[in-house]
This record gives sequence, C-alpha cells and structure tokens, in this order.
Amino acid sequence: MEEHKSHIIDYLTQIKVWVALVIFTLITVATAEVDFAMLTVAVALTIASVKSILVLLYFMHLKFESRILNLFVIVVMLVFLAMIVFTFFDYIFRLSHGS
Amino acid sequence: MGENVQHLSFLQDNGGKKGILAWITTTDHKRIGLLYFYSLTVFFLMGVVLGILMRLELMNPGKDLVEPQTYNSLFTLHGVIMIFLFVIPGIPAVFGNIALPLLLGARDVAFPKLNLLSWYLYILGALMALSTLLFGNAPDTGWTFYAPYSVRTGTNVTMAVLAAFILGFSSILTGLNFIVTIHRMRAPGMTWFRMPLFSWALYATAWIQLLATPVVGITLLMIAVERMLGIGLFDPSLGGDPILYQHLFWIYSHPAVYIMILPGMGVISEMIPVFARRRIFGYKAIAYSSLAIAFIGYFVWGHHMFTSGMSGPARVIFSLLTFLVAVPSAIKVFNWVATLYGGSIDLKPPLLYALGFIFLFLIGGLTGLVNGALAADVHIHDTYFVVGHFHYVMFGGTGFAFFAALHYWFPKVYGKMYNVKHATRAFWVLFTGFNILYFPMLVVGMMGMPRRYYDYLPQFHIPNLISTFGSWIVVSGLIYMIVVLIQGYRKGTPAGKNPWGGLTLDWQTDSPPITENFVELPIVTEGPYEYK
Repeated sequence: MEEHKSHIIDYLTQIKVWVALVIFTLITVATAEVDFAMLTVAVALTIASVKSILVLLYFMHLKFESRILNLFVIVVMLVFLAMIVFTFFDYIFRLSHGS
Repeated sequence: MGENVQHLSFLQDNGGKKGILAWITTTDHKRIGLLYFYSLTVFFLMGVVLGILMRLELMNPGKDLVEPQTYNSLFTLHGVIMIFLFVIPGIPAVFGNIALPLLLGARDVAFPKLNLLSWYLYILGALMALSTLLFGNAPDTGWTFYAPYSVRTGTNVTMAVLAAFILGFSSILTGLNFIVTIHRMRAPGMTWFRMPLFSWALYATAWIQLLATPVVGITLLMIAVERMLGIGLFDPSLGGDPILYQHLFWIYSHPAVYIMILPGMGVISEMIPVFARRRIFGYKAIAYSSLAIAFIGYFVWGHHMFTSGMSGPARVIFSLLTFLVAVPSAIKVFNWVATLYGGSIDLKPPLLYALGFIFLFLIGGLTGLVNGALAADVHIHDTYFVVGHFHYVMFGGTGFAFFAALHYWFPKVYGKMYNVKHATRAFWVLFTGFNILYFPMLVVGMMGMPRRYYDYLPQFHIPNLISTFGSWIVVSGLIYMIVVLIQGYRKGTPAGKNPWGGLTLDWQTDSPPITENFVELPIVTEGPYEYK
C-alpha cells in the first residue's frame, strides 16, 4: 500500500516557472535603476516574494501538500512580513520626523 | 512472544554499549534530556559563580575585588551563560525532552537522531562561548552585543557571537522536533484538547524557536562579518545603522523571553491540578493563551528601544502592544488561582516551587509593565530596576519553574524519592534569599542607580549590601537543594509509578520508564486532569 501520495510536475510547467523566475530577475535588475525613494525596499521585496511563492508552490510542491502545511507557511510568511513592516515603520517615521 | 520479556529501564538499558559511550550516542529522549540536564547544571553553576563575584564587587562602593574591565567581562559572561546556556534551552531541552513523549503517549520524539545532534550543537556552542574566558580578552559588551561597541571592541566578541549562532541551531532543531512530535505522535485518542498543558506550552515555544531564532542567528553573523570584513551594517562610521541592530536583535530576543517563560508556565499548569486534586480551571483558555503570548510576543520587541532614538509613533505602537501581552499572561495566573480555589491542596515541594513561581513572576510581570510605559521607562531605562525586573522573570519565573519541574519529575526519572522535608526547607531558604537579593535592586533602580557599572554613589550602598547578603542565602539554598536531590538519587526510597497521584500518561508508566516508555501504547479516552 502506498501511503504517501507523490505528485510529479510535468516538464512544461517546470520550464514555465523557470522562465517566470528569469523574467522576475530581469525586472529586479531593471527596477534597481529606478529611484522609488522610500518604496525601494518594498518594491525589491515584493518581486522577491513573488519569486519565492513560485518556488514554494511548484519546485517545493507546496501546491500539492496538505492544507495544514500550507497554513503553516502562510502564518510564517505573515509573521515575517509583520516583522519587516514594523521595522520599516520606524524608519519611515524617523525619516518623516527628520531625525 | 514478547509478553514475558523483561523491559529494562532507560537508565539500565545501554543498548549494547558501555560506559559514557552508551550516553553520548543515545537517541533515547529521556537520556538526551538528562545529558542536557547535567550540562545545563554545570553551566548554571558557572553563571552563579560569576553572579556572586559581581555581587561581591558591588557589596561596597569603590573597587573591592576586580578591575572595571574584569567586571564588564563578568556581567557579559554571566548574561551569555545564563541566557544562552541555561534559561533559553532550560525547560524545553531538559523537561521537554524527558516528559513530552511520555505525556503524549509516544515512544520517542519524531527525530531522535536530530535530537542528539541538537545536544552536540549545544555543547559545541557552549564550549565556544566558554573559550572566550581562556583565549583573547573576554567579551565586555553585555549579552546583548550592542553595536557599534561590539564592532569596535578589542575583546573576543567574534567567538561569542559565533557561539550564540551555533546555539541557535540547537534551539531550532529542538523546536522542529517538538512541533512534528506533537502533530504526528500523539497516542490514539489524544486529541488536541486532551493534550496536557505542558505540551501546549512546548508547542507555542517551539514555533518561536523555529521562527525567531534565525533572525538573531543572521544578526550575530552580521556582527561577525562587520568585525572581520569592515562592511558597514551597524557602525555609523562605516555607514551602518546601530538602531537596525537593536531592531534585529530584539526581534529575536524578546520572543526569546517567551521561549524562556512559556515552558515554565506549562510546567506550572501541569502541577497545579495534580497538587490541588482538581480539574484545571479554563483548560482551553490556558492552551490558547500560550499561543496568544507566543504570537503577540513577536511584536513587542521595540519596548527595549524606547530610549534608543526610535521614532515616536513606533514607541507608542510598541508600548500599546506590550500592554496587550500582559492579558494572556494574566489569564493563566487567574486560571491557576481559580484551580487552587476549593482544591485539596497538598503542599509538596513541586507545588511550593510552582506557587513561588506565581508570586515571583507576578512581581516580574507587573514591573515589566512599568518598563513598558513610555514615560516611566525614560526614568528607569538601564537602571537596576530593569535588572531586578528581569531577574524576577528569568530566575523567579523560569528558574523556579525549572526547580518545580525538577522536583516533580525527579521520582519519575530516577525512580527514587528525595527527602520531602529537607526539599521544603531548601525551597524556603531559596525563596527568602531570592527576595533579599533582587527586591533591593528594584528599589535602588528607582533611586537611579545605573546598571553595568562596577562602582556606584554612596547613597546606593545599603540596598547593595542587602542584595549581596541575599546572594549568599540564595547560594546556600541552591547548595541545600542540590545536596537533598543528590541524597535522594543515592539513598532515596523507591518512588513507585505515581507518587503524586497524577493522571497524565507519564505517571502511568514505570519509574524510571522503560526505554520506549510504554509496553503497549496507551489509548486515551478523556482529558488529562479529570479529577473526580
């Protein structure tokens, strides 16, 4: 009896994801030339997050895992996001108060 | 077949190996728990010696015993040893390892080899930290390694932060092991709400270990990189930002306070119903409050930085969140007191330590709220009030919970009972000494005495003298307690399976338990505290 269900992702999907990752990398490089002022870090992190999600979903098979594992990853991501947001709030407030 | 097989206790079963090899290659969770216990005890006693030396120096104004630079190293190493080598691993690594699989009705943790690896990493990190005493100048930054000083000092900070980095891996592996064990290895019939509350506390703690520890790992590594390669991360003269260091450090180190205290709260929740012979009041509230403390605890780190130049709005937000975290903590205390109310209370040493925990943690928690109030914090920041506060939480809270767990599970682990009368007396010596040692710190802090100086103004003399006197009583209490326990181990009477009358699964198996805990895995049909 096979207890653990394995899922095989076809080559076409893998290649599509890889191409998407390459495109997002090029966008990262391109945006580095643009001055987004206070949003510079936010833009870079947003692109990086999209890439991470693709890797998690397809290369790490999260798309085909149980709901509880997905929930774990979402909670972890939200906690991580909150840490970054809180830290950068301090920076934004400090900049806006000129200190 | 197999029914008449003699089952050896885990203390006797060497798995075909001899002597120390049978211990340092074991994958049995109880043996690994004991490995942690013996190593932690050694490091704890080293931390105590350093603390006593500090108190001797502070007994009178002016230089008594050591040079200022030596004093700086003393408080740094006292902090590093106590925080990273004793309090953080403390209850999860020792009693989590020993008790969690027993409480869940499992044969071991989910990853026994990983469990042993985490002990080796702990020992490696500990040796690296202690090597700073012997090689180079001992670090003098305080356990927080604040930048830019930690980047510029000529002392051996690099080794100390690398040690903390390694110790973090040990903590992460333990947390990971416990999460998977709790999810996957509960006995048949043990639903989430039939789990003993210590398991809930360990579960909440494990998530903090898993999520927060990498942040401090990378932060400390950044300090090492900045020192070795001169890359400007935190040092303003190199273009870095010291407040960023404080953010990153406390993003871990405040949740780490909950790594320290949550398992202690779990231990107390385990003991109160047993020694009050009552079903615990508000089981779900206690279980959920552990998760709430763990969650809210992630977002209060800024209260360590109120005077560091953080922005005003951020200070207000962090102060508000700090007050919020008091709510689930208070829920636990109210539920413990409500459980005791009307119970048949049996004042055995574990319960005495548990009650000691509640009393001391209340003082620690409430003085924490004083620190969390913005205006008050400006006055007391970096004074002895803060030192008194966190010793009430760390030692009065986690330390007393550790001793409570030690007295509670001692007969289960060794199969022998210590002398209850002497253990009770040792508690009172320790409890009295504790308050004489630390309460004057709260007073002298309010008077304005700053922390981390080897000297002070003459008006602070009397509280310091009383405090030093208290430290001698604490040491006497610790020695008394250790002697009682060693005597119990050597000459104690057989304890039997269930000396305290507990209903959780750990008390349903032999004392000491057999290697895989249960001859047959138990089937759970009701909650853990169903006293009639």
